[in-house]
Amino acid sequence: MLLIFFMVTTVMREYEGLDIIMPRAKMIEKLESKRHTSYVWATKDGLVSVDDRIININDLSGLMYSKIVKDPKITVSLKADEKTTMKLITDIHSQLRTANALKLSYSALTKAP
Amino acid sequence: MIKKQRRPIEEVNSSSMADIAFLLLVFFLVTTTISMDKGISLVLPSEGNELEVNRKNIVNILINESGKVLLDDRPTKVNAISGIVERKLSRNSNLIFSVQTHPRTKYQDYIRVLDQLKEAKATKISIANPPAF
Repeated sequence: MLLIFFMVTTVMREYEGLDIIMPRAKMIEKLESKRHTSYVWATKDGLVSVDDRIININDLSGLMYSKIVKDPKITVSLKADEKTTMKLITDIHSQLRTANALKLSYSALTKAP
Repeated sequence: MIKKQRRPIEEVNSSSMADIAFLLLVFFLVTTTISMDKGISLVLPSEGNELEVNRKNIVNILINESGKVLLDDRPTKVNAISGIVERKLSRNSNLIFSVQTHPRTKYQDYIRVLDQLKEAKATKISIANPPAF
């Protein structure tokens, strides 16, 4: 029984994102559902990746727009390195706003007490 | 004439079955990662939806590139923000916190400030665009 349970629930990692160290925060909330989440990765070198592909920051809004059309409930989970500059984050903000993808979540790890 | 020989039906040795099942169980136990995505959620304002807000209701929070915070023109330690914000909110619950950063501010400092605001249960958080340099 246990064996079958774990066999069914194990999800092999589909893809790994970019190499980032996520910031830590205390007041973090769980994301509503994984199905309605789209991940945007941002590294400290200014690389942006969506769906396992490195993209130009200016293409982000178009990509997000097509995602929003397919699933209006989508939340963008921004996985950014703690050393990313705010310029990139602001650019991502404005791209997301253009695409009308307004639900955003800054992915973070729990702070060790 | 060839004599038909009755061979006894051989049975597969099943004593190692339990071992295999156990090994598989351990394998899946180890590889299962219950991935939990957690983070600070925020709703961005839609484009072209800028509102005029009474100046009295705005608290400006500026973060410079070295992570120093200026809360209403007063230098503040990051850890002290939540306490100050909480006090401000108890006096005026309509306060909007405008977080403004320098383009070279580290993301981590920004998250720390947002974390402090969330801790103080501030709901109206606005992200101001950094000034262009």
